[in-house]
Amino acid sequence: MTVDLKEKPALGRVIVITSGKGGVGKTTSAAAISAGLAKQGHRTVVIDFDVGLRNLDMTMGCERRVVFDFINVIQGDARLKQALIRDKRLENLSILPTSQTRDKDALTKEGVEKVLDELKQEFDYIICDSPAGIEHGAQMAMYFADEAVVVTNPEVSSVRDSDRVLGLLSSQTKRAESEGADAVKAQVLLTRHDPARVESGEMMNVEDVLEILAVPLLGVIPESQAILRASNIGTPVVLDQPSAASRAYEDAVRRLTGEEVEMRIAGERRPGLFHRLFGRAS
Amino acid sequence: MNLFGFARKQRRARSAETAKDRLQILLAHERSGGGRGGEADYLPMLQRDIVEAIRKYVSIGETDVEVRMERGEQMSSLEINVELPSEVGSKAG
Repeated sequence: MTVDLKEKPALGRVIVITSGKGGVGKTTSAAAISAGLAKQGHRTVVIDFDVGLRNLDMTMGCERRVVFDFINVIQGDARLKQALIRDKRLENLSILPTSQTRDKDALTKEGVEKVLDELKQEFDYIICDSPAGIEHGAQMAMYFADEAVVVTNPEVSSVRDSDRVLGLLSSQTKRAESEGADAVKAQVLLTRHDPARVESGEMMNVEDVLEILAVPLLGVIPESQAILRASNIGTPVVLDQPSAASRAYEDAVRRLTGEEVEMRIAGERRPGLFHRLFGRAS
Repeated sequence: MNLFGFARKQRRARSAETAKDRLQILLAHERSGGGRGGEADYLPMLQRDIVEAIRKYVSIGETDVEVRMERGEQMSSLEINVELPSEVGSKAG
């Protein structure tokens, strides 16, 4: 029932969405990126690794349809096929929710690997939504990753935590442990970026953050009302009405698939004559 | 101008209302499950029992049963699809 297309073999790329710090936009980004990939025609699955605090289902709007979960599959109580929830908007997008009742130790390295291996046979992109922190759940989410999207806010504790996570990605992952394997390709996704506050010097700018973290930039997502609205209605922001945030996510998704897309930072324009004469609007 | 502003406010209010409705339905289900959101925990066992019951009469594989759930405010629906092998001569129920 999942994929019976006579298509090219699945790409099977595992991408972890991580950050260290909580509340920076991991789940929002995981939802937007996976929906964005599926919208472009890639077979995509997004997995919630936040065992016990399931929230990806709400962000994706499938919370009422959860029957089996990731942990059921790991423990052999359900088949993977039964636990995958097919998105109602995009047929090539699936969601693997996590358990709301078990604890993080239910995620075993062997179990996670088995599920990921099976998913790699059918999906081009496997997006792992990491829990906050750097404990077991977060480690399991990143361990098998080929790539990482480190979600960072332009704010000191978030940047510090991102730096810590970047350290773990280069030491505590399968790629780091396998001799001869390429390192996990890590990129920063700067979220909640507020151009007005950057301009007034209240917020670190993109260059500041990149200089500190020294990894490539995947995209800059502006602070936007569209994000709360999308979460309210359970729709990934790229599937809702167009906004600066949805455009920024779509650009980031295209970069993730290897396309070269010019970095446009929403709202960040040189102040025009009008602004300079009459002060800043907003 | 005024009309436009009014329309925008309406739209925003509606998304907050949707959020509240979704949470109320979800949390009602999670809380009723004996505390820790265990409401759906019986589903794997239910599925196993269904497979066993059907196997008394027809030989089916474990993946031939599909359980779907749609939780609602007033009621939830449980949809069970059983794919029977074609030799039996009948199609999926």
